Amino acid sequence: MSIANKANRLTPYVFMAPAAIILTVALLYPICYMIYASFLDWSPSQRIGEADFVGLRNYANLLQDAAFRESFWVTIKFAAVVVTLEMIIGVGLALLLDRNIKGMSTLRTIFILPMMIAPIVVGLMWRYMYHPTVGIFNRTLKSWGFEGIPWLSDSNWSFVAVVMADVWQWTPFIFILSLAAMQSLPRSALEAAEIDGATEMQKIFFIKLPLMLPVLIVTLMLRLIDAFKVLEVIMVLTNGGPGLSTEIVALRIFRTAQEFQELGEAAAMSNTLLMVLMALTIGMFMYNKMQENRAVRMKAAASKGAV
Amino acid sequence: MPKIVLEGLVKRYGAFEVLHGIDLEMEADEFTVFVGPSGCGKSTTLRMIAGLESVTEGEIYIDGKPVSHLEPKARDLAMVFQDYALYPHMNVAKNMSFALRLQRRPKAEIDAKIADVAETLGLTQFLHRKPGELSGGQRQRVAMGRALTRDSGTFLFDEPLSNLDAKLRGQMRAELALMSQRVKKNMIYVTHDQIEAMTLADRIVVMNGGYIQQQGSPEELFKKPVNKFVAGFLGMPPMNFLDGEVAEKAGEIYVEGQDFSVKLSREKADAIRAHSGRKVTLGIRPSDLVYSPDAADEQSLLLNIVVSEYVGAQTVLLCECGGQKIDVELKSDIPIDRNRQLRFAINPEGVHLFDQDTEAAL
Repeated sequence: MSIANKANRLTPYVFMAPAAIILTVALLYPICYMIYASFLDWSPSQRIGEADFVGLRNYANLLQDAAFRESFWVTIKFAAVVVTLEMIIGVGLALLLDRNIKGMSTLRTIFILPMMIAPIVVGLMWRYMYHPTVGIFNRTLKSWGFEGIPWLSDSNWSFVAVVMADVWQWTPFIFILSLAAMQSLPRSALEAAEIDGATEMQKIFFIKLPLMLPVLIVTLMLRLIDAFKVLEVIMVLTNGGPGLSTEIVALRIFRTAQEFQELGEAAAMSNTLLMVLMALTIGMFMYNKMQENRAVRMKAAASKGAV
Repeated sequence: MPKIVLEGLVKRYGAFEVLHGIDLEMEADEFTVFVGPSGCGKSTTLRMIAGLESVTEGEIYIDGKPVSHLEPKARDLAMVFQDYALYPHMNVAKNMSFALRLQRRPKAEIDAKIADVAETLGLTQFLHRKPGELSGGQRQRVAMGRALTRDSGTFLFDEPLSNLDAKLRGQMRAELALMSQRVKKNMIYVTHDQIEAMTLADRIVVMNGGYIQQQGSPEELFKKPVNKFVAGFLGMPPMNFLDGEVAEKAGEIYVEGQDFSVKLSREKADAIRAHSGRKVTLGIRPSDLVYSPDAADEQSLLLNIVVSEYVGAQTVLLCECGGQKIDVELKSDIPIDRNRQLRFAINPEGVHLFDQDTEAAL
């Protein structure tokens, strides 16, 4: 092979190199750094080189750490509850609003406003609304003659409180994606169902939801991944309390690093969370891949089958 | 099976009226075809019968019963859609049995019905495939199968063949004709393809601009079109139109125009004698012109051949007469010189006359 030829073949790689290098540094470096740090007994006063290598001790500690197990459980509970509620409300709203109402576009914009507000602001806003004496919830309850609710000071109610705030902020995400999915459903299939004698409910359960399923599954995965990483709203609302009742993993990591100054331990926690999220992400990729393969198989079958 | 009557059917979208009072009676077990160009209101009419569009004014009667305020499912109809409208997530058997399953019929009955219909349509081996795994023709069959399993009194077809390629379309057309002979039901069929209309229909309803132009048997419409639109819409290649004027010479009636003067038969002449001097359009189908070098001037046209299109057994000559375009269809084995002026005799039976202003037949 001539030199010119060789150079030609190398050209694309040369062009791609800067992007590849930046990607590697920006993506892999922090992750590798974190993985490495999780094997160290490292306090913020030390440089990373001075920290002692402790092998898997940080991970072993995690397994025995009741507080971490508790916050892991809280995270799972939180993610499961909020995502379930958000899916039901979001899809339900989309089903209700999938029609031509006057001012629909304005209405839709209003619906997605919560998503656009910074989580810190959402947290602050809800904290004022949950205020035991001047918050709107308790004032309303009292004006109706009920007892006020200890929203943020009771360990059961505080979980409800953070769930409500998260549902308020993230339901629109599911609403807007399922509305888009619904509006791209084949109109004629729904008309055919109508002629076949399906009621509105039967159309929803037998036609609309099954056809929306691929979008719903991806939406669910995205929300789940996000719910596992939630931090700001809860930090502002309850800061994990009372007790550990709302201390989700992200908050635990933050406190381990900031308050307890255990960088290695925090890194090990992060890695554990990362592995969970990785599993979810891989699950989503596999689902997508499955869909693609199925589409390819179908196409092949259709073109093979003659008239 | 029921008789369907449309009475003064009007459809408005806001202030925009798309159907202007459709009156039509379809006899029991009749194959009715609505045909017309896009936007003529034929699909809207069908969708109103189906109950997918609301009726603005007027009424639809099925078996003497007004149905315009009933849900589609209460009207006892089955429908085949242009894009088939199959349920993509259900296999063929599930697609065809959806309506029966909604009615909670016994499973054995459903299975028997599906097996029966699948057999008729040659779908037995595809029952477990999903629509995405079928070819266009197979999907079309599933759509028809879904309608057939319903046992409805009336079948509605909304341009069911227009998504198929030409060869498949011909084949499916023949199958449809066969099916309509076998299952004696009301069929209402919408198409923009006049060949489908002519071959399938007991009754053709030609629509244009939201009005019914003419309705009747295919033969009636082909031989006695009531206006220039119907005459030009049915028949392939379409009818030729030559603008001229009615003239009376020595007791005979002629239509005269640029480079032609055609003497009318006695029957036609009597009908038009009173209109001497009136501007008319002479309509002659391409098949009513016969190559005949020795024909008399007054019973023939002298045409300049522009292009000759060989289509196998037939050849279509695109010609010109006094600046107006005119097509001639003739057998390909007739030896003619394709680069010359030729004389074609007019079949006296095939002469149609239309008023130039109103376009109505005279």
